[in-house]
Amino acid sequence: MDWLTNSVIDHLREAMDAPDLTGASYVLGKELGRGGMGIVYEARDTRLGRTVALKVLSPLAASAEAVERLWREARILASLEHPGIVPIHDAGMLSDGRAYYAMKLVEGSRLDEYLQAGPSVLELCRVFLRICEPVAFAHARGIVHRDLKPENIMLGKFGEVLVLDWGVATALGESERPGLVIGTPGYMAPEQSEAGPVDARADVYSLGNLLREAVGTAPPRALRSIVKRATELDPARRYQTVAELSGDVASFLDHQPVNAHRENWLERAARVLGRHKTLAWLIVAYLVVRVLLFFFVHP
Amino acid sequence: MNKPIFGLLLGAFLGIFDGLTAWFTPAVRPFLMGIVIGSTFKGLIGGLCAGYFAKKVHSVPLGILFGLGVGMLLAYGIAAMPSATGEHYYFAIMLPGSVLGAVVGYATQRYPTQA
Repeated sequence: MDWLTNSVIDHLREAMDAPDLTGASYVLGKELGRGGMGIVYEARDTRLGRTVALKVLSPLAASAEAVERLWREARILASLEHPGIVPIHDAGMLSDGRAYYAMKLVEGSRLDEYLQAGPSVLELCRVFLRICEPVAFAHARGIVHRDLKPENIMLGKFGEVLVLDWGVATALGESERPGLVIGTPGYMAPEQSEAGPVDARADVYSLGNLLREAVGTAPPRALRSIVKRATELDPARRYQTVAELSGDVASFLDHQPVNAHRENWLERAARVLGRHKTLAWLIVAYLVVRVLLFFFVHP
Repeated sequence: MNKPIFGLLLGAFLGIFDGLTAWFTPAVRPFLMGIVIGSTFKGLIGGLCAGYFAKKVHSVPLGILFGLGVGMLLAYGIAAMPSATGEHYYFAIMLPGSVLGAVVGYATQRYPTQA
């Protein structure tokens, strides 16, 4: 039938999935995105007069296990108060029986969209350091994200960097159902893809892949070494903490030696000169003046 | 070490170095000692001034400009004095003197971190 186009089907699906906010202090806005478990809407909190992001369980994921997963995500977000983690405002059950939670609405662009603009390697490294902060914070509180990827990083309008979607985060030491693989192929650590126990080093692996994707195919050698060490298949050979990883990236930015990279004398000289660029140019200027005076101005 | 002292020492060191480069000009080689002493003294004064400026004004570009200006001025003072042959070597003295002044101006802005 010609009138059942994709856009019509999408519209019907959206209408069917729309939550019933009767009795809740929210007015539904547009759909912002949907995942396997839930749908995120823009909504207006009529009590406080602000716009929030409302994550509601999808009607197709109405099992007790899905509800518990949403509550766990909400509890994790509530326990992690950090500028780089979206704060949660509210959680509950809607009148249609679907679980929800309300969080800060972040306006900005996702990291994958930001990368398309082609920022410089240095700018990317600075953003990467900002991504590491909330992840390290979560690890310090015993939480592993397990799904770090560009689509789950938001860059706000005012330069803030937030790590989103803690839906598959887990407490350190907690184990999943045997054989259950959680994460995104291409970003998750090998031990994660084998449904084995994971710790903070799984997030280090994901961050390494994220950094590899961000800096492109021809980054400086020191940065390549950092990526290589962060994405070692053996967790024991990786950076053991996000702090170690971000420390090396910070050293790279500061023209300091990087632990992951053994530099040759040429690289060392280039690094020192890079750190003291102005001084190097002044010395070169002096030598050029001396040489020119020697050849062209003879007392 | 504070900035004026650092500037004084660095200026003197670079002044000695700059003076010694006169060895590559055979015509002035007999007067090398006097050139080195003069250049050292010039560097010392210029470094002290740049260091004091860095203590008061925290700006690398301004520090470089100040050092360049002081270096040029002091080098002019020396270049204005006629040599044994009565000639003036303005370019040969003022150009490198200015650049070294800029080096000291930069260095006193960046180091040491204590004023």
